[in-house]
Amino acid sequence: MPALADNIFRALADPTRRAIFEELTRQGEQTVHALTRYAGVSQPAVSKHLIVLKRAKLVRHRREGRETHYRAQPDSLAPMVNWLDQYGAFWRERFDRLETLLERME
Amino acid sequence: MSDPKECPRSLVIERVFSHTQEKLWRALTESTLLAQWMMNNDFELEVGKKFQFRAEPQPNWNGVVDCEVILVDPIERLSYNWGTGGAESGLQWVVAFTLTPTMGGTHVRMEQSGFGPNQIAAYNGANYGWNKMLGGLERVLGEVS
Repeated sequence: MPALADNIFRALADPTRRAIFEELTRQGEQTVHALTRYAGVSQPAVSKHLIVLKRAKLVRHRREGRETHYRAQPDSLAPMVNWLDQYGAFWRERFDRLETLLERME
Repeated sequence: MSDPKECPRSLVIERVFSHTQEKLWRALTESTLLAQWMMNNDFELEVGKKFQFRAEPQPNWNGVVDCEVILVDPIERLSYNWGTGGAESGLQWVVAFTLTPTMGGTHVRMEQSGFGPNQIAAYNGANYGWNKMLGGLERVLGEVS
């Protein structure tokens, strides 16, 4: 699993951050102001959340004048699918081992 | 959004074993047997009992799974919570086993649920090149037939 996965899980474990990320995937690019209105928490709080999301590479930003615009980078979720993939492989392998154990248990 | 095909929230693995239901129940619920195919554990067959699976630590996982037995229905159903990463990151699933006797064996169904919005936020908004990811997801679910 890429090291990034850890950051992604942490970033999305928080409901407010998840809501911000979901809003960005739905609405496209948004300013910090718009996100603050949407999230219903203070702007410094939103900025902090955005920093965490940025660290996980889930969002990108660009500055335009005095406004900072954010947009979602949903491709960054890919490690999560790898992780689900891994769980599938995990259980299939365990079932193989279970089969072997059952044979021995006679 | 609510179409389960577009938004799979659980991983299901099914297999028919040519062994009795009793034997499978033992393999699933006796700590020493469980250790031989799952992981080292301190499992006890009692609802509400907390236990851990312990494996070799890996780069992004300390090797510990924190569990709590949530359902015991001998010799048919067993489920427990499945948490990794400690309480802080709070990655939680539910693992449920269902044993059904079949001709000459036992059908085992393992469902690991909780891959939904709580954990894989927003992956069901398919407009952003997530088809590739959902494809991966379907492949996983497809393989387990």
